[in-house]
Amino acid sequence: MCLIVAPSDLLVCLCCQMRFLLLFSRQGKLRLQKWFTPMSDREKKKIIRDMTTMVLARQPRSCNFLHWKDLKIIYKRYASLYFCLAIESQENELLALEVIHRYVELLDKYFGNVCELDIIFNFEKAYFILDEFLMGGEIQETSKQVVNRCIESSDMLQETMEEYMSKPAF
Amino acid sequence: MPAPIRLRELIRTIRTARTQAEEREMIQKECAAIRSSFREEDNTYRCRNVAKLLYMHMLGYPAHFGQLECLKLIASQKFTDKRIGYLGAMLLLDERQDVHLLMTNCIKNDLNHSTQYVQGLALCTLGCMGSSEMCRDLAGEVEKLLKTSNSYLRKKAALCAVHVIRKVPELMEMFLPATKNLLSEKNHGVLHTSVVLLTEMCERSPDMLAHFRKLVPQLVRILKNLIMSGYSPEHDVSGISDPFLQVRILRLLRILGKSDDDSSEAMNDILAQVATNTETSKNVGNAILYETVLTIMDIKSESGLRVLAINILGRFLLNNDKNIRYVALTSLLKTVQTDHNAVQRHRSTIVDCLKDLDVSIKRRAMELSFALVNGNNIRGMMKELLYFLDSCDPEFKADCASGVFLAAEKYGTDSLTSLHVTAVLSCVLAGSYVRDDSVPNLIQLITNSVEMHAYTVQRLYKALLDDISQQPLVQVASWCIGEYGDLLVSGQCEEEEPIQDEVLDVLEGLLVSNLSTPVTRGYALTAIMKLSTRFSSVNRIKKVVSIYGSSIDVELQQRAVEYNALFKKYDHMRANPNPNIAVITIHASNSTEAEMTDFVFQAAVPKTFQLQLLSPSSNVVPALNQGTVTQVIRVLNPQKQQLRMRIKLTYTHKGSPVQDLAEVNNFPPQSWQ
Repeated sequence: MCLIVAPSDLLVCLCCQMRFLLLFSRQGKLRLQKWFTPMSDREKKKIIRDMTTMVLARQPRSCNFLHWKDLKIIYKRYASLYFCLAIESQENELLALEVIHRYVELLDKYFGNVCELDIIFNFEKAYFILDEFLMGGEIQETSKQVVNRCIESSDMLQETMEEYMSKPAF
Repeated sequence: MPAPIRLRELIRTIRTARTQAEEREMIQKECAAIRSSFREEDNTYRCRNVAKLLYMHMLGYPAHFGQLECLKLIASQKFTDKRIGYLGAMLLLDERQDVHLLMTNCIKNDLNHSTQYVQGLALCTLGCMGSSEMCRDLAGEVEKLLKTSNSYLRKKAALCAVHVIRKVPELMEMFLPATKNLLSEKNHGVLHTSVVLLTEMCERSPDMLAHFRKLVPQLVRILKNLIMSGYSPEHDVSGISDPFLQVRILRLLRILGKSDDDSSEAMNDILAQVATNTETSKNVGNAILYETVLTIMDIKSESGLRVLAINILGRFLLNNDKNIRYVALTSLLKTVQTDHNAVQRHRSTIVDCLKDLDVSIKRRAMELSFALVNGNNIRGMMKELLYFLDSCDPEFKADCASGVFLAAEKYGTDSLTSLHVTAVLSCVLAGSYVRDDSVPNLIQLITNSVEMHAYTVQRLYKALLDDISQQPLVQVASWCIGEYGDLLVSGQCEEEEPIQDEVLDVLEGLLVSNLSTPVTRGYALTAIMKLSTRFSSVNRIKKVVSIYGSSIDVELQQRAVEYNALFKKYDHMRANPNPNIAVITIHASNSTEAEMTDFVFQAAVPKTFQLQLLSPSSNVVPALNQGTVTQVIRVLNPQKQQLRMRIKLTYTHKGSPVQDLAEVNNFPPQSWQ
């Protein structure tokens, strides 16, 4: 995203609130990657490397915030998974922690006592849930129930095997 | 042909691989199968295959051959296909590839689909990765959906509009009519995304900002309802109703209230209310308080409210939660310029944070501490900061040393000189953490604190014995040894003093070391030369100097040649130096980016003195401290009066002539007594 120099009394940085969200295991294996701004594959790989290195190196009782380039990195560990969210430097870190927590709650509600294996074997569902919660780097829905209801309804819309086979594609 | 294996089956299989090589083999095998399946245009299993491809992509393997397949899935009638297809598009495609434009038509159709979840998929994809061209093509559809009564679609359309505006700012105007009654919505999702949309528009256009100021009362009302309303199970987070929406509204209020008295006044009460009523036991409450503080500080709030805000930050500093302490320090750093006195009241708590175990907190506390140093607290603060410099992690030493040096420079007074010099020495000894251009300032400081010369030269000499890689340190040390070498070997120091030859060994070592920059070599050579009047091993020094008379380094050569000349022409003065003649060498350096040419130094002295200016080494002073011009002045002072000099510098800089006049009155007493 480009930086537009606007008249003096306006804010200068016009990028979206969240830049990327990564989920990775304690061994640094990636479980989910959501990018809110366009980036080349090379850049993404580098960021993933940098994030996993930085976050995994943190002492256990450190604060959950890091600085990386011009971004704030908010990370939190839930069981065996690290959630790593990058936000713009003028954004509210404490709220970002709540965003991460909310996503974990949504996953928990959907999978029932979610664990890393659920995310591994059902990664597409993890994305679907994320896409009902956030969009374009902003929060889309603030109600847990609404998000869950939407996912469940969408799941119902998915064809059963017979329906799938019998329905024409185009 | 057997059916391709299911996604979960593949995942299970890959996870059994014991080595990277084994995994790669499995992946390659599966990719080959998937590729041939794609070639056969198999509609039934395309979805399953793309899903598998997405899994392998997450593991880091290339999956670009699936891009077109994603497009085919998006175009399918089956919801299962669309879901995976759109996900695949978001993961594998990006706006920089032309291929993505093929999606435009599908998205357009799906935006008008009869099923809202399909419309939702299309909106989501467009809002996440739509390129400028796609946004231009589909903005009209988004605008239509922004006016729908379906809250599910309305909220998505709002965020999609935000994305469109970010990509194609000129399209912002077309969304204006649809914003008309966005805030009358009861649905929190729509409210939240609407506030985001309004915020985006206000941030981009002063006209929009002015236009939306009238929404302040409505925003205040919504916020008030959120705070006052009872428990709402749908939006409750630890007893607080929809904190995400509260924070977003506070952010928009900040933008609307900034630089506007009326708006700021209209939101004054609600801000005070949020600041005093929000539950602080959990992170969520503190997140809201934090945003409130940021808003209060940014708008034209009355002073009582500002003090309230800073006190909230002060309380944050005492919170057990590290995150909150960290956030407090960050915010205080932002407000320390504008509300300096209010922040000063929390100085002792801030200084305590220097001892925090958390690295991020320590850094913030350090930055804030430097910002709080002033003439009144310099003594106490310097003590704390020097202690910190001594004991902090290497990653901090650089910035801490710089900060200590700057603080000492700015607020150090005569009565604090030894404190000052200790501070400075600590910086220098902390390594290369002092900027190159501080070297002359450091030397000046050391010169001025006469009683510390012996101590200083001894410590610096010791440091050189350990490490000669840090150039600023080496330069300052060389200069001091050259100037105070007599104190170094004279037994004035507590520790075992080196002998003359050892000192010369060290300086000569600097001359030949690969680690020394040309500037450093210049310092070393000059120091050796100066020792010829302080040490007795003059012959050794003469030899060294004459060797460098043929150095490849022009700077060094010039110096050596001049010094050689001193040996030849003025050696007779060495044995019986005329006590009435002071020999002064000036070094002129230039830290700007352009060189100074036609450099001429002129000096005038009082009537009782006589002046002789020898020719300068050059009349070009290179840029960026890459070299110096030296010139020797001999001053005859038979009446032993205090030396004063008026100097005039003329040179050409960036094409224009420059003239600088100054008076020099602080020659050290040794030069004329």
